[in-house]
Amino acid sequence: MSPGNDAVLLTGNHAVAWGARLARPKVVPVYPITPQTPILELLTEFQAQGELEAEIITPESEHSVMAACIAASLGGVRVFTATASQGLMLMHELLHYASGARAPIVMANVNRTIASPWGFWPDQTDSVAQRDTGWIQFYVESAQEGLDTVLQAFRIAERVRLPVMINLDAFYVSHSLEPVRVPPQALADEYLPPYAPEHYLDPARGESWGNVVTQEMYWRHRRDIGGAMDAVPEVAAEADREWQRLSGRGWDLVERYRCEGADLVVLTMGSMCGTAREAVDELRDAGHAAGLLKVRLFRPLPAAELRRALAGVRDVLVLDRNFSPGAGGVLHQELRAALYGTAAAPRVHGALAGVGGVNVPPAKIAELAGRARSSEPLPEAVWAR
Amino acid sequence: MGKMIDILCSGHAACPGCIDAVSARHVLAALGPDCVAVMPPSCMAVIAGPQPFSGLRIPVYQASLESAAASACGLRRALDVRGRTETQVVVLAGDGGTYDIGLQCLSSAAERNENILYVCFDNEGYMNTGAQKSSSTPRYAKTGSTPAGKPTRKKNFTEIMAAHRVPYAATATAGFLRDLVRKVEKAKSLRGTRVLTLLIPCLDGWGVPEDQGIAVARLAVQSGMFPLYEVEDGLRYTLNDPPKSRPVRDYLMSQGRYRNLGDAQLDELQREVDADWARLEQRAQASAVQ
Repeated sequence: MSPGNDAVLLTGNHAVAWGARLARPKVVPVYPITPQTPILELLTEFQAQGELEAEIITPESEHSVMAACIAASLGGVRVFTATASQGLMLMHELLHYASGARAPIVMANVNRTIASPWGFWPDQTDSVAQRDTGWIQFYVESAQEGLDTVLQAFRIAERVRLPVMINLDAFYVSHSLEPVRVPPQALADEYLPPYAPEHYLDPARGESWGNVVTQEMYWRHRRDIGGAMDAVPEVAAEADREWQRLSGRGWDLVERYRCEGADLVVLTMGSMCGTAREAVDELRDAGHAAGLLKVRLFRPLPAAELRRALAGVRDVLVLDRNFSPGAGGVLHQELRAALYGTAAAPRVHGALAGVGGVNVPPAKIAELAGRARSSEPLPEAVWAR
Repeated sequence: MGKMIDILCSGHAACPGCIDAVSARHVLAALGPDCVAVMPPSCMAVIAGPQPFSGLRIPVYQASLESAAASACGLRRALDVRGRTETQVVVLAGDGGTYDIGLQCLSSAAERNENILYVCFDNEGYMNTGAQKSSSTPRYAKTGSTPAGKPTRKKNFTEIMAAHRVPYAATATAGFLRDLVRKVEKAKSLRGTRVLTLLIPCLDGWGVPEDQGIAVARLAVQSGMFPLYEVEDGLRYTLNDPPKSRPVRDYLMSQGRYRNLGDAQLDELQREVDADWARLEQRAQASAVQ
């Protein structure tokens, strides 16, 4: 197939690979892991066919993949990779290294349960556990959103000089075929100009990276990373507006679905949003003022926008497809922190819904919503399936 | 050796009399300025100096301890994309970052025959953290983590790399500087994964007087404990001068880390060295016949 404006059927994985191809990365280190492997395979196929002019590196582990990504990025070129679950876990140390090096790498992560025991099911614990690594994080609901977000991610990463992780749920998004519009290369090029970094490693320049620093320099560096993170909501919103102008598709950082006059809002991330839309429709049909807030940008958490969106709402039901033992649901925890101390904050109800990939049908979400409406919120998230 | 262009500057942070520094100085001078260095945490990374200073006139990327070779591959490909295919990417690593925690990614880089020069500054232990054993520490050497002496042999790293059939794997030491510089120049002239292992007597870690580092390095070679040799394409072995000519006792007794070594242990080490030397000679002779 060739890019154009007609919709074609693509899986989430293949849509992400198309997004990467359109972004013209120059170095792609990558390692196979279920359920990410189709991204790797399509990218290497593109390269073999001469449709992607990139150096592909196939190291022995995801750890080395990320090591190569960081050094290649500091070498002054655009870098893409993809992983999942255990691969992301193995990269953990170097995720910090990447943001510390201010390397604008873009990586897709297919959300999959973390061992042990082994499983291959959709669960976002792998990526939410990386929330403190200095990576910007998006969660996408569909194949089209995956493609578009890869392009937006490069634009954001290279502007704020921080790496971006795009998360898509195992199988529900990664392997489901959906109609996707693959934009023409010219449009992608207009949106994403060639990477031209201010600093890079080259004998002609003499710049270095990583030498030991003083407390003062380290402190300043961390503060600067914080400043870059703080700029992300605005930069990401601009990236989304510009993409909408060019392609006709925008996704927002926090999408409001049927939130007008809602007294109960379901708040979640990733493929669960698709199920929650149906639940909201059913609730609305039954005469309940329910809505959905889809958190697309999770790191940095767009706290100001969430506070605005939830102003005047009586109950929020947070659905976490992740579990942090001892803390509960990560999104639940983060939302409560974002709302704490604000005037007339909504009541926040947490549900650990879909952990380990168990199915959570729309009727279950409607039931949880009904319960939230009629009971005081508990301090901890409750298990639901 | 002609006029030397110093890439490693004076004022660097090495200990007085350090063999790392003199070795790096000659390695880098032979490579020249069209070069980028990758360093995992190691004595070299300390010698390179704290920000905003640098002991080297070339760009340095300080990688994580276990990822030097993988990082070098990423940098190599980025330079290639930007048309800088002649720029050398050189890894300057210690034996901890090479024999131990960094071996996995180095094996992978060698398997892909990535165009990098990997130099291991082998001081036979974690000297930067105060002298603990690594898998390069020889049998019976005392370290902070083997106070009674290490019970097992030194890993044969050069053989491991040769088994990957890399274009060039060689040993060298500042004790025989002309040989070292020749090997760097040879490595520079080749493409693919090239691996040099330099024996670096660590004054503090080995218990060697400040002015004896070079003398101990020479004894290591003369005793056959650290033979100088080259392996091309994993098959062609060449033994370099000088040959084994002295008992291991001469080498071992020059260092505090072998203090209290008994005669039985000395004999055992002598037998190991004799057997290893014989095996190397066989391979060199077999290569000459080919």
